[in-house]
Order: sequence, then C-alpha cells, then structure tokens
Amino acid sequence: MASSDTDPRLLVLAPGDNIAVARLEIAAGTTLQVVGRPVMLQRALGFGHKIALRDIAAGERIVKYGAPIGRATADIALGDYVHNHNVASDYMPNTVAVEAAP
Amino acid sequence: MTDLAMRGWLRSDGRKGIRNYVAVAYLVECAHHVSKEIAWPYREQGAHVIGFPGCYPNAYALKMMQRLCTHPNVGAVLLVSLGCEGFNKKLLERTIRDSGRPVELLAIQENGGTRSTIEKGRQWVETQLKSLAAQPTEPMAVSDLVVGTICGGSDATSGLTANPAMGRAFDFLVQEKAAAIFEETGELIGMEGWMAERAVTPELGHELKACVAKAARYYETLGYPSFAPGNADGGLTTIEEKSLGAYAKSGASPISGIIKPGDIPPRGGLYLLDVVPDGEVRFGFPNISDNAEIAELIACGAHVILFSTGRGSVVGSALAPVIKVCANPRTFARMADDMDVNAGRILEGSADLDTVGREIFDLIKRVGAGEATRSEGLGHQEFILTYKSFEPIGPACLPAVA
Repeated sequence: MASSDTDPRLLVLAPGDNIAVARLEIAAGTTLQVVGRPVMLQRALGFGHKIALRDIAAGERIVKYGAPIGRATADIALGDYVHNHNVASDYMPNTVAVEAAP
Repeated sequence: MTDLAMRGWLRSDGRKGIRNYVAVAYLVECAHHVSKEIAWPYREQGAHVIGFPGCYPNAYALKMMQRLCTHPNVGAVLLVSLGCEGFNKKLLERTIRDSGRPVELLAIQENGGTRSTIEKGRQWVETQLKSLAAQPTEPMAVSDLVVGTICGGSDATSGLTANPAMGRAFDFLVQEKAAAIFEETGELIGMEGWMAERAVTPELGHELKACVAKAARYYETLGYPSFAPGNADGGLTTIEEKSLGAYAKSGASPISGIIKPGDIPPRGGLYLLDVVPDGEVRFGFPNISDNAEIAELIACGAHVILFSTGRGSVVGSALAPVIKVCANPRTFARMADDMDVNAGRILEGSADLDTVGREIFDLIKRVGAGEATRSEGLGHQEFILTYKSFEPIGPACLPAVA
C-alpha cells in the first residue's frame, strides 16, 4: 500500500484515496517521499492541507477517506498541492469563486 | 487486556440496560429546582435529573419523555409536577407503569410546597435505589447495544482523527449486530449523494437525500453558514470535504434506515437520526447545543454516546455514559482528565485509525460492563429538551421492517 513508501508526515485516510493530508505544517522546500517518488514542496503545506498521491486527470473525482470531495479542474500530478485552485465542488459550484479571494 | 463481560438489567420490552438509574423528571421548569434538590444527595448513587421546561404541551416533548423514562438504563422514575402545567403527566405516568417500572408522581401544589415535596421525593428515591441495587443482571452481548455518535467543539483535527476512528468503532459495532446511530444532517450537506449509495434500498437512498435537503433548507432559513473562508484556510477545499469530516463518524457500513427522535432502531445496523424538525421553521434552532442531540440519541435507546471533540468539550449526559474521543493531541494534553480516548495520536503518527477505532470499541464494552467514563466520574449529567415538531417517518425509512 501507498502509506509504507509515503512520508509519515502525510496521513492517508483510506486505501484507494488519491490524496493524503499533512499531519503537521511542512515547510516549503522540504522533499517528501510520495508513493516512492521524491517530491519537493514548492510551497509550505499547512496542517490538514492535501497533496496528490497519484496523477489525477482534469474531471476526475478527488477521493478522501473513501468519499468524493469534488472534481479536478485541471490535470494534477503526483505530489501537487490539491486545493481550490485545481478542485471544484460537485455540489456548490461557487465554493471556489467565493473562497479564491483571501 | 481481559474484557469484563457486559451484564445488563433486562426490561419488560426485552431491552437491557447497562446502568440502573432512578430518573427524577420535572414536567415544567417550575418543578426543576425541587427535582434537583430531591436528586442531589443521591447524584453519585444513580439519581439523574431530566425534564421538560415548557408549560405548553408538545407532542415531541411527550414522546421524548416517554422514551427517556422507559430507557433501558432507567429502573424507576419519579415525576415532579408543579400541578398546573400543560404536560400530559397522566399519560407519561401510565407509559412508565405499563413498562413495569416503579413510578411516582408528586405534584408540588398538592404536597405542601417545596420543602415537603423534596422530603417525600427523597424518601421515594432512597427506597427505589435500595431495591434497584438488589435487582439481578443478565449477560449482555454487543448485539444488545445501541450506540450514538456526535461531535462538538470541533476543530480541524476532528475530521482527521476522532471522527474516522469513531467510524471504525461503528463498523466493529455493526459487524457484531449492534445498532449504531449517527446524526447532524445539517453537517452532511454535499455528502448525501454519496451517502445515498450506501443505503440498503434505492428508496431509502432517496429519503436520505431528502433528509439532508430538509436540513439545508432549515439552516438556510436560520442564516446558518455552510462554508466559511476559515474552512479553506484550514485546508478544506469544498463543502463536501467539510461535511466529510462529520460524515466520517458513520464509518463504512451500509445504511439500514432513518429514524427520528424517540424511534428505536428495530435491529442492529447503521441508522441516520434525523434531528431537523418537519414543516416550516419554528421554535428556533433545531438543536441549541450538543446535549439536545445527545438527549435525542438516548431517546432512541442509545446506551452509550461517542462524543468527538477537538477544542475540548467537557459534557456528559443524564441517563447514558458519554465517551469523549479527543481529536487534537494538544487539547488532550491540556484536558486529559476529561478525555477517554486520545485519537490525536493519529496525527503524531503513534497510532492508526484502526488501532484507535478498536480502542474505542473495547472501551464501549468495558463501559457496558460498568466502567465509568471520565464525564460520569466527574459527575456530568447535562440534559436539555426543548420544543420541536416532527411528522412520523415514512415506510421507505426502515426498509428491513416494511
């Protein structure tokens, strides 16, 4: 399974998930093992934020704890940061637009 | 670790209680003080205060009180009335008597006021506690249990550690044919499509979706926000992901039915408790705080409540033990006395979800065998019941029975 060759700072909630969650804040520039591949973080990964465990094509479901939490709006590569810049709700289309402005 | 065997008090309806309490129930706020005074000297020996504060009658409140007073953890009931309130006390008294439990109705106006009612009430409670202490118990299996789940004082850790770990515990319970109840439909918005796929019939799936839509409408009318900017800062991308945190408490078992407050699950399995009133918005917020939902889970027969908290709730409940599962390791370190399980170890990497889920499951069995939870030991016996209105559940809600 993925978790054995994935950095322990990343939490994989259920087998089959295509994202993992940071157990704690991880600094930008840190290199993490993600499913056996080294990934250098382009930006800090906050606690509870997500990283892709495999390549995810635009339109594919994002699966966390076995449940779909939205859909990729762009191609996402293994190790990419996953948030509202590349994922949209299937339920409430304006979530991204509302949340994009800080 | 050896598990003590669970033993329960067998009631006339076939259910078994893991506690044998005397409930002291006020039937209007005007009788609350007298009830509290009656129970106070016996609060550590099993006298618990519950009640309904309203003077105007309400069908939901009556049903709740009927179910609570005949809950398997209750062995005897003292009803305390002022005398002139609108509560249907005779019907409640008859329901309790028909269940085979000792019951006494004291009206303060007919018993010489505060002081003499307290005196009479204490004598009755003392006599009942003695006779309950002598009642025999029977072996009890996991399949005899009803367990409810709730989260309160949540933070970003709740959905990552405590809630999914309680979901695992729910899976273990359902595997052994216990009834497990989750709720908070207002926090499941966006998950209903996925949840409907877990329903045992398509009709039930449809009802599950309708149930969440009702909650969304209700909370929208009350101006309750569903997704706030702070959620995105915390790493939550969509409303689905936010709801997933609460939804994770339900585990992965098929969903067997929908029940409403006071409905008792007809057999083992996983049930959604619909706590949002039917009809137009009335009486304010559906559940004014966590204990209102806990009381509803108990009215559905829950013997034990699993309570997940990140920021650190301290509450327990009257009538049923509450197991506190702490999601955040820092909160656990700060409030260890109040917490039964440290699910925050999942974030520290020293335990996984299965380990903590198993730990919760084992603790439920020990509590069923008599071990006190932290909130029980600290004397927490919170209770809230307010006005609501419900329609009965439809035939599609409990497919296994129809």
